[in-house]
Amino acid sequence: MADSDLLVATRKGLFIYGRTGGAWRVKHRAFIGDPVINVLHDPRDGARYAALKHGHFGPKLHRSDDGGVTWDEIATPAYPERPADREPDLCPMRGTEIEWKLDMVWELGIDYAHQGGLWAGTMPGGLFHSANRGGSWELNWPLWDRPGRKKWMGGGFDLPGIHSILTRPDAPAHITVGVSCGGAWSSDDGGASWEIRAKGMLATFMPPDQQDDPDAQDPHLIAWCAAQPDTLWTQHHCGIFKTTDGGKRWHEIKDAGPSTFGFAVAVHPADPDTAWFVPAVKDEHRVPADGRFVVTRTRDGGQSFDVLTSGLPRGEAYDIVYRHALALRGDGSTLAMGSTTGSLWVSSDQGDTWEHVSAHLPPVYAVKWG
Amino acid sequence: MPTVSFTDNLQRHVSCPPIEVRGATVRAALDAAFDAYPTLRGYVLEDDGSVRRHITVWVAGEPVADRRGLTDSVNENDEVYVMQALSGG
Repeated sequence: MADSDLLVATRKGLFIYGRTGGAWRVKHRAFIGDPVINVLHDPRDGARYAALKHGHFGPKLHRSDDGGVTWDEIATPAYPERPADREPDLCPMRGTEIEWKLDMVWELGIDYAHQGGLWAGTMPGGLFHSANRGGSWELNWPLWDRPGRKKWMGGGFDLPGIHSILTRPDAPAHITVGVSCGGAWSSDDGGASWEIRAKGMLATFMPPDQQDDPDAQDPHLIAWCAAQPDTLWTQHHCGIFKTTDGGKRWHEIKDAGPSTFGFAVAVHPADPDTAWFVPAVKDEHRVPADGRFVVTRTRDGGQSFDVLTSGLPRGEAYDIVYRHALALRGDGSTLAMGSTTGSLWVSSDQGDTWEHVSAHLPPVYAVKWG
Repeated sequence: MPTVSFTDNLQRHVSCPPIEVRGATVRAALDAAFDAYPTLRGYVLEDDGSVRRHITVWVAGEPVADRRGLTDSVNENDEVYVMQALSGG
């Protein structure tokens, strides 16, 4: 496989790394000083998309058609006006109004059913579709109108948001999305109808009789095995869960090394039993257990976990890897991750050893291969 | 005619030099400015047309009272300033 670019979205800009002369080096940088929440590489046409959230000026989207050398602002999703006959949405935890206005574009995904089709997962919970490479966006009403959305709430943020968008070219009508907080949802008809698929997840932050409520679940990220997409893994707020039937029933993995709390998960594209996590102490602490920053990997479906440390900090370290900041390349071997303290690592051997690419980036929000 | 001016920090994203507009309210004045600089609307206003949380609008030396409806009056020679609130970081 030819060398890929590594797209690193940070609190202070986007950095595109390439492998040259045996080292990872920054090829292009963009939006220096601005928060870049996430980035997407579209393999169909090579376009790259960046989701920004300016502190004063709000969320914006940009596209590059030259690999990241130059960028043009494209349309930003906008929520429609709430109809006068609809009651305001209220946060079920706090009773505060969840207004119909865009707070953040959190994740971008590819719609393989349409050339140039894209999905955008946003806060406060709207899924948007573009049929024209981000030239315009429309709210997906079928998901927005699901009664269960009234139970959605912020998880780590004030507002609920869609952070996972799973699509694939061999079944373009299928979409799975993950919501914090609001469970996992799938559509088999291109987004025309949705079914919640979070049964078996457990939200221990809820009252005892509501902990198994699918709508209350907080999957931090959902990833699937591309070759066997009925196997999905999630790093949930309350542990690690796996399903082998497309999300109809999830099962908890109770032992996974230092802890089962974290944000990120990556799944091997061909082997559904192989997955990676970056553990931390739950749940308001959010630091590595005992100040020891490690990656965990299972190769047997979650029965056992390797604790991977080679090339990672030997002394105390308080890096956290956010949910979008661990990425596995399509070769199934090359991993990259970026941390809250501005470190970037790459492993070419499934995490056995890590190369410390940088210790001085801004806090990393997302890492993607392109 | 009223003049609408925008914080220098916006110029990095959208070219928007001061502009003379027609309009007797903040809404009308801003709409006229956005007609000239269409991309600017989303930088200043939320989806629902209210002023972004960390943006402040001043007219004739006073912050506007109605940040949602933008109904504050603008007089013929007023200057409308669209600025950043420090709360935005």
